[in-house]
Amino acid sequence: MTIDTVLDCGLTALVLAVGCWIVVARDSFAAAVGFVAYGLLLTLVWVRLDAIDVALMEGAVGSGLTGALLVRASSRLRTNEQSEAAEQPGMIVRPVAALFSAIVSAMLGAAVLYLPDPAPTLAPEAAANAGATGMANPVTNVLMAFRAMDTMLEKVVLLVALAGVWSLARDSLWGGRPGPRYRTDPKAPLTFLTQVLPPLGIVAGIYILWEGADAPGGAFQGGTIIAAMWLLVMMAGLADAPPISRRAVRLALIAGPLLFLIVGFGGLWLGKAFLAYPVAYAKPLLLAIEFAMTLTVAVTLGLLIAGPPERNGAS
Amino acid sequence: MTTAVVFGLCGAAAAGLGLYGVIANPQPLRKILAFNLLSSGVFLFFGVVARRGAISAFSGDPVPQALVITGIVVAAAGTALAVALLLQFFKATGSTTLNANALASTAADSIAE
Repeated sequence: MTIDTVLDCGLTALVLAVGCWIVVARDSFAAAVGFVAYGLLLTLVWVRLDAIDVALMEGAVGSGLTGALLVRASSRLRTNEQSEAAEQPGMIVRPVAALFSAIVSAMLGAAVLYLPDPAPTLAPEAAANAGATGMANPVTNVLMAFRAMDTMLEKVVLLVALAGVWSLARDSLWGGRPGPRYRTDPKAPLTFLTQVLPPLGIVAGIYILWEGADAPGGAFQGGTIIAAMWLLVMMAGLADAPPISRRAVRLALIAGPLLFLIVGFGGLWLGKAFLAYPVAYAKPLLLAIEFAMTLTVAVTLGLLIAGPPERNGAS
Repeated sequence: MTTAVVFGLCGAAAAGLGLYGVIANPQPLRKILAFNLLSSGVFLFFGVVARRGAISAFSGDPVPQALVITGIVVAAAGTALAVALLLQFFKATGSTTLNANALASTAADSIAE
C-alpha cells in the first residue's frame, strides 16, 4: 500500500463515519452541522480526484449554502424536536430498508469495480476543440460552450425553484421582504466580521470568476461566494433583504438566462445553430454571459436561502 | 487499489447510507439531509467516471465534471425548495410529521385550543 492509498482510505472512512452520524444522530441540529463537515470532507475527496472545479463547487454550494439552509431550518424546527423523536419507523421498515440499501450499495460498488477498461472519455474531443473558445479551463469550456444548453437550462431550474419558494408566501405578503429582519448588537463579533469579510469575499468571488477562463473556477463558484457575502450582510442585520417585487432584483434574476437566450438565438439567426458562438467573438461573448450569470447566480442563491417573503415591503 | 476505485466504493456506500436514511428516518428534515447524502454519493460515482477518463492533457474527463457541477447546483435548488415547503408546512400545522393519524390529532388539538 502506498501512502496515497492510505490517505484515500482514511478519507473514505471519515466521510462514511460522518455520513452515518448524519443518518443516525438523534438531534436534527447536530445532523445538519454534521452535513457541513461532510461537505468539507467531500471537498477534499474531489481534490484527490483532481476535480478542483467540482471541489470549489462542493465546498461553496454543497457544504456552505446547503449547510446554512439546513442548519437554519433545523434551528427553526427545534421546538418540534421532542414530538418528532417519539415517532419511530416500524420494526420491519428498518431491517428491510437496511437490506435494500445494502443491495443498492453493493451493486454500485460492483459497477465501480467492473467499469469498462479503457474508460470511455470525451476528454480528447474537449482537448481538440479547446482553441475554439479562447479559454484554457476545459470544464469552463464544457459548461459555457460545448454543453451550454445544460448550463442555460440549469439557470432556468434555479429560477423555477425560486418561483416555487416565493409562491409559498401568503397572498398579502406577495412582493414583500423575505425572512425576518435580523438585528444584532453593533459591537458584536458578527457585525465586525460582516464589516471586514465582504470586501475580501467580493474580490475573491470576482477573481474566481475571472480566473475560471484558464484555471479552476468560474461563474458558479464566484457567484456563490458573492451570494454568501450578501447572506452574511443580511443575517448580521447590516442591510435588509430587498422586497422581491423590486425591479432591480427581478432584472438581476433574469440577466444570465436572458443574455444566454439572446446569444443562443443570435447563433440561430446567423445561420449556424442555437447557442453556436461565432468563433471570432467567442471569448468576449462567453465572458459577457459569465458576468451576467455570476450576478444571477449570486442573487438567485441568496434569495433561495432567504426563503419566501414574510414581511411587507414597506416595513 | 487506485484513488478512483477507493472513492468509487466510498460513493457507492454514501448512496446506500442516504437511501437508508430517506426510507427509515420519519422526520422530513432528516429525509432531506439523507437525500443530499444520496445525491453526493451519485455525484462521487460520476466523478470517478470522470477521473478514469483522464488523458495526458487533462486530469479527468471535463464533461462529467461539468455535469456534476450542474447537478450540485440543481440539488441545492431542490433542497431549498424542499426546506421552504417543510417550514411552511410546520407553520400551517404546527407539526412536521408525515403520519396522517398524528397530523389529524395535532390539528384537532390546535382547533380545541
